[in-house]
Amino acid sequence: MAAQANVGGVKAVEAGTRGGWRMALPGSLWLVAFFLLPLVIMAIVSFMSLGARKTIVMPFTDANYQRVLSALYLPTIWDSVWISLVTTIICLLVGYPLAFFISTRKSQFARQLALFLVILPFWTNFVVRTYAMQTVLAREGVLNQILLSLGVIQNPLELLYTPGAVIIGLVYGYLPFMVLPIYATAERFDFKLVAAANDLGANDWQAIWRIIIPLTLPGVIAGFILVFIPCLGAFVTPELLGGTSTLMIGNLINSQFEESNYPRGSALSITLMALVMIALLLYVRFGTREQT
Amino acid sequence: MPEVAVDLRHIIKEFPGQRRDVTFRAVDDVSLEILEGEFFALLGPSGCGKTTMLRMIAGFELPTSGEILLRGKAMQDVPPFHRPVNTVFQDYALFPHMTVLQNVMFGLEMEGVKKAEASRRADEALDMVRLPQMADRKPRQLSGGQQQRVALARALVKRPQVLLLDEPLGALDLKLRKEMQIELAEMQDELGITFIFVTHDQEEALTMADRIAVMNGGKVLQVGTPEEIYDTPNSRFVADFIGETVFLPGLMAGKDGEFGWVQLDGVETKIKASLAATDIAENQSVTVAVRPEKINLFPIKGKVRYPDGSSDEASEYKTALLRDPDINLVEGIIKSANYIGTDTRYTVSVGGHDIVVRIQNYGLRSDTHFEPGQHVNVFWDAETVRILVQ
Repeated sequence: MAAQANVGGVKAVEAGTRGGWRMALPGSLWLVAFFLLPLVIMAIVSFMSLGARKTIVMPFTDANYQRVLSALYLPTIWDSVWISLVTTIICLLVGYPLAFFISTRKSQFARQLALFLVILPFWTNFVVRTYAMQTVLAREGVLNQILLSLGVIQNPLELLYTPGAVIIGLVYGYLPFMVLPIYATAERFDFKLVAAANDLGANDWQAIWRIIIPLTLPGVIAGFILVFIPCLGAFVTPELLGGTSTLMIGNLINSQFEESNYPRGSALSITLMALVMIALLLYVRFGTREQT
Repeated sequence: MPEVAVDLRHIIKEFPGQRRDVTFRAVDDVSLEILEGEFFALLGPSGCGKTTMLRMIAGFELPTSGEILLRGKAMQDVPPFHRPVNTVFQDYALFPHMTVLQNVMFGLEMEGVKKAEASRRADEALDMVRLPQMADRKPRQLSGGQQQRVALARALVKRPQVLLLDEPLGALDLKLRKEMQIELAEMQDELGITFIFVTHDQEEALTMADRIAVMNGGKVLQVGTPEEIYDTPNSRFVADFIGETVFLPGLMAGKDGEFGWVQLDGVETKIKASLAATDIAENQSVTVAVRPEKINLFPIKGKVRYPDGSSDEASEYKTALLRDPDINLVEGIIKSANYIGTDTRYTVSVGGHDIVVRIQNYGLRSDTHFEPGQHVNVFWDAETVRILVQ
């Protein structure tokens, strides 16, 4: 009887795994129709030419990519990469201690309240928040007025429409995506291991470097990806805070599609995707090594 | 006279309580001298302050007041990573992202020992705990017993003056625990390092320790060798916590030096027993602590058989026994008998008190067997019974 029941159980499990694809069907269809297909179309269009009255015509050409990688666009692509990198690093430097601070609060209420505060900005639309950032950073903005009244500065600072403003805006927008995954690993971190390291002769810095950081690395990497990738494609923030001086790939893509230059817009989009893929491949190559 | 390895002087440790104005005293004026090369056990129930004591010696907590000296050096301002002590943690606290070898090497690297040298010494330490073939595994690939050995190797490789062990065997199953008890004691003998061992398991403390400090409520109640603690407990708590004890209430009827006589309620004969404290006054309420294995039974009628096969009339045997002034002899009725393999446990009713008696089952013939309802003589030596303050 027991053996029979067992066989039945195995069958049920097998049926479950074999039938599993049915579960994935709706999601798969959705992705094929609205992600994979458009992606293929975009890839094809990126190799086509712009015809009369902004039509997309043959022949196939790599002219769009040559244009993307020309002196006209490369600086913007480079700006996108370093602005995203700096943003991600600032998020990491701010978010890591913050996540640890939250995770080490004794009362569960304090932890939940802190996490709630971290995600509270999401309740307001991102565009509205970015406009609000404009009023903070403007020449007659809140920040300058405070600094002036405190006598820290004599003349208002030119903050808005600089790369710095874009970085401030991006850090503000994406910090929660750094804090949350690091919090998830920090919360599981066993501080007894730090005591053990201390006991074995490690001072606090050695304990942080050899024990805490390696063990929270998965959270750091997840946070890095979650901040870096959306930053790379950021569009609203540089548009509103960067003005004409600071363009990012997102703005370029937007302007190409606004001008109905679909082939070049597509080529830029594919280039952005390639950059993201490179970042992910670097993660797979180096980031997962520690976990085996 | 061996030197003092760890000198604890009037240690008090208070923690903030639930309310702001209340403090909780985890350790209450503890003074102990732990000798060089000693295997010392801090024994007590959970919450008695034993782990807090250990954490203060390691440096994870600072005493609220009092002094800790290691080989005569005050440790007040020495952080944990500079103290010549190492700890084997309760759940081992192995670094999960490092291999076994890297775990053991960690402490040496922190000392600045060169990689090659550190690796060689770590290998030696793993040899000593009999885990050489596991060097490249990660901790989670090991069994609990193996992890325990790695934790031991990781601490011992530093050659500490004092090794602190926080219930290191608690997570192991019974058989493995017994093996490790013997192995640890042997290892300590070989290395000559002072071991301070925290446990709530009295049997573990008795098996391994040279000396035991029994703690309760933040205080040390008694310090002594396992024999002293077991045979001459100085308080009801110690007698109760260590081994099995039957407590009989009574009144002090008289005393003479180290011995006293107690009138038990409902028992005519006064019981002679050793005094746990000399300041117990006459007519004071006291408790007599009796160990089940120190009590003997023989029938009132019939013969008393000896292990060698010879026998005596019970009445003659009784007369002979009573010639010894240190023998306490009373009559009782067997209430129940439980056979538990090596022994039989009897509950004997003596003047309304239930006394548990454990008689070893030796030989083939169960001549020492008694039936429920049977009238028996119950006797014991005055030295094996303690008079404790109520």
